[in-house]
Amino acid sequence: MTTRLFGEPVPRREDPRLLTGRGRYLDDLGAGALEAAFVRSPHARARILDIDVSAAIEVEGLVAIYTWEDLPEEVGAPLPLLIPHPALTRGRTARPLARDVVRHVGEPVVMVVARDRYLAEDACALIRVDYEPAEAVVGVEEATRSARLVHDDVPGNVGAHLVQEVPSAAGLGAREAIDAAPHTLSFRLDIERSASMPLEGRGVYARWDADDRSLRIYSSTQTSTSVRMAVAARLGLPLTKVEVIAPDVGGGFGVKIVHPWPEEVLVPWAAMLLGREVKWTEDRREHFVSSAHERAQVQHVRVGFDDAGRVLGLDVTILHDHGAYTPYGIIVPIITATQLPGPYRLGAYRVEFSSVYTNTVQVTPYRGAGRPQAAFCMERTMDRIAAHLGLDRTAVREANFIQPDEFPYDQGLTFQDGRPLIYDSGDYPESLRMLKELIGWDSFGELRARAAAEGRRLGIGLGCYVEGTGVGPYEGGHVQITSDGRVHVSTGLTSQGQGHETAFAQIAAAELGVPLERVSVVTGDTRRFGYAVGTFASRAAVMSGNAIALACRRVREKALRIAADALEADPGDLEIVDGEVRVAGTPGVAVPLATVAVLANPLRYAFDAETARATQFAGTPSPDRPPVAEGEEPGLEGRDYYSPIRSTFASGMHAAIVETDPLTAEIRVLRYAVVHDCGNLVNPMIVEGQIHGGVAQGVGGALYERMVYDEHGQLLNASFMDFLMPYVTEVPRIETAHLRTPSPLNPLGIKGAGEAGVIPVSAVIASAVEDAEGIRIDRMPISPSELFDLRRAAG
Amino acid sequence: MTNIAVTLTVNGVVRRAEVPGRRLLSDCLRHDLGLTGTHVGCEHGVCGCCTVLLDGEPVRSCLTLAATADGHEITTVEGLAGPDGEPSPVQRAFAECHGLQCGFCTPGFLCTVTALLRDNPAPSEEEVLEGLSGNLCRCTGYQNIVRSVRRAAELIAGKGDGGPAGWPSGPVRTSGDTGAEGA
Repeated sequence: MTTRLFGEPVPRREDPRLLTGRGRYLDDLGAGALEAAFVRSPHARARILDIDVSAAIEVEGLVAIYTWEDLPEEVGAPLPLLIPHPALTRGRTARPLARDVVRHVGEPVVMVVARDRYLAEDACALIRVDYEPAEAVVGVEEATRSARLVHDDVPGNVGAHLVQEVPSAAGLGAREAIDAAPHTLSFRLDIERSASMPLEGRGVYARWDADDRSLRIYSSTQTSTSVRMAVAARLGLPLTKVEVIAPDVGGGFGVKIVHPWPEEVLVPWAAMLLGREVKWTEDRREHFVSSAHERAQVQHVRVGFDDAGRVLGLDVTILHDHGAYTPYGIIVPIITATQLPGPYRLGAYRVEFSSVYTNTVQVTPYRGAGRPQAAFCMERTMDRIAAHLGLDRTAVREANFIQPDEFPYDQGLTFQDGRPLIYDSGDYPESLRMLKELIGWDSFGELRARAAAEGRRLGIGLGCYVEGTGVGPYEGGHVQITSDGRVHVSTGLTSQGQGHETAFAQIAAAELGVPLERVSVVTGDTRRFGYAVGTFASRAAVMSGNAIALACRRVREKALRIAADALEADPGDLEIVDGEVRVAGTPGVAVPLATVAVLANPLRYAFDAETARATQFAGTPSPDRPPVAEGEEPGLEGRDYYSPIRSTFASGMHAAIVETDPLTAEIRVLRYAVVHDCGNLVNPMIVEGQIHGGVAQGVGGALYERMVYDEHGQLLNASFMDFLMPYVTEVPRIETAHLRTPSPLNPLGIKGAGEAGVIPVSAVIASAVEDAEGIRIDRMPISPSELFDLRRAAG
Repeated sequence: MTNIAVTLTVNGVVRRAEVPGRRLLSDCLRHDLGLTGTHVGCEHGVCGCCTVLLDGEPVRSCLTLAATADGHEITTVEGLAGPDGEPSPVQRAFAECHGLQCGFCTPGFLCTVTALLRDNPAPSEEEVLEGLSGNLCRCTGYQNIVRSVRRAAELIAGKGDGGPAGWPSGPVRTSGDTGAEGA
């Protein structure tokens, strides 16, 4: 039944090509294109004195070498600050190639174009850049104290400072509420740097058609429409002469939402200048040192609470490490600040952050985008309150939960989309009840005791979060039914493995009443759909899913109108089943959608028997009416947009049981349980896959992944040998359960699911390790040697 | 630079290429022979995306020089399906079990698992983990890759005729419901 497609775990339509090597990722394209490579700064903070390319000129196969001085003004100007904010008073972005100064190791200085990548790298190796290095600014606290400046015109290295305060119902500010509370605690938390680290790096491939004066760009991006606008503006091309296509993309997780990257400007520019196809494929080391990182924050927390553990006031001060530049504005710390209250009703809340420049790779969103830091802060706070009062950790959370009858619940904050942060729906008590049941919270004591009798040390922990998903401003969908009965769906946002071709086809097939096999979906191709924002913030299913549903409803309405005419029936009596418009309850009276598509497009010229039915002597149209009625358009197609008044709020709660080795301090996750609420599920198989992947990245962030910078700003672990991402052996089996509180904000009642899995993991593991060890955990990730040291310090 | 003539039997077809001595096997397969299904994720032999079968054994094609593969047989992801295009049991299992998301690491996993199950058609849980432990995936959290391996073993053992088992899912509850529903 086509109507059951929504909500079914239908197999992915992407898979046949991806399983047979027929996927088309960026570097699979452009056979024969020239290739670019970059000379990147080996210093974190230096002045460029001279660039000598003379030795490189001799390299066979070399085509061009460009330094900043070679770039036209618009090409060499600083890259856009994508999301300005009034609090970001000193936003700074990089130039595509460094001019005079470099601010982090990996900053591009020279671009080389050659016959292939090997030769381009040969030339890079022969280019001599003379630097005057200076001491680097590394570490967020160091940066605020240091006399050294990342940007000469940014005193104190502070790019942004923002305070949000929500007073208590009685009008008390958070600090007053804390001072007046029966209990208070204050502490400091630290979160390390990590990164999206998709297995396919970035890449861009450009073809300039000199005859047509048009440019086609393929980019491994999370936003093709916005790359198009940015590059067209930079290169002075009319928008209509630029096409941007995101081909198969090998993972994004946030880093590929930033744009235009230096290479996205320079490669098309070089292609135009040289009149040749040019491609650049990022290598792994480049990805480590020249794309983006996230996570690093230092948080100072002060909390006041009553005897039941109810938070009367919470005051959090955050130092956010922004790296060398702020191309994506201050979205990450804003999300930390505003998502920190999670599922809780806080008496009063004050949050303040300073966003600080350091001589390190820039910081932009990575899956979770500030929320893992927020959940770590809030959930560590809940655990501290429980420990202080001697209460069960779940009881303290229950005491603070927003109740199901309190929705919509206004947290009184301004969210990342500039709109009020109002939770639309949720059921946190039920979520916690399900979680306790799934992990066996109440019977854990027996398990722990049994393990202890064998000399083993177990601990249990939990973490809760609320995630604003599906941020605006909008997405659109276009749906066209052609005269062969095929349904062509397109939307502008991009895909990086989320199964959009499947989920959106399910939505369209269910809305239109057609078999799934007849539906095809295209994403991220500006030739098909030019208006879009991008894939980030767990927004694709919410935004494009609903836009496509609305576009389908337009097409359905039109199909019924035309079919009603053909069948001489009332549109209200018609239904679409299996690709046919039928008179409900009258078997045999039906017209296929293929025919409706033919009838929707009055023709002068036929190309087959089917289309002959729409030509002018075929006899159906009334001579008294224009062939295309007033207000109608030819063709059976529709376009619509979904633009929400504000975000929809998904939520989840995770719990883990860990074992810590009494001797080696090795930490092993024995069980990991997830209760997840993203409203209605389009495809539960895909949603679970998203959760699994998020949790695995969360485990990486909790136990293994960190970017190790030395005091000179050198990234010491810029390879997969040293930056430890979890293999199969490091990820526990993940047990899931779904709660469904549909969103009242959108027609399909869905909430985003992409980032959810990663958000509370560090908080959960910290809680469990703390429970196992009886040692306070306030810094993540935690390695065995760090736990070993903590034991020594405690012992 | 003098090129070296190499002859490789790739997916059963004899292929010839003239390559510089430093050319990686991964680049030769991808860019000289146009077999772009083999992916390169790290270029230092850690992620396993570039895994191909060299004389049947999984190797990192990013750590192998094309010249050293001269005269050898290579199987890439493009060669795993049957001659009629019928997906191999491993490919079918990955599709049934949602063992891939972005698909970039997938060819490496498919080659690795193909060799694993050929040598050990009924691996234990531990042997599955060991067999997969040289390949990174950033999307799936490995849960469904492990399931895919078990499912592939079932298919190879001829236990797959009943079609895929239903998607296993935890309880799904709509807020306000009294009982659980199937997904």
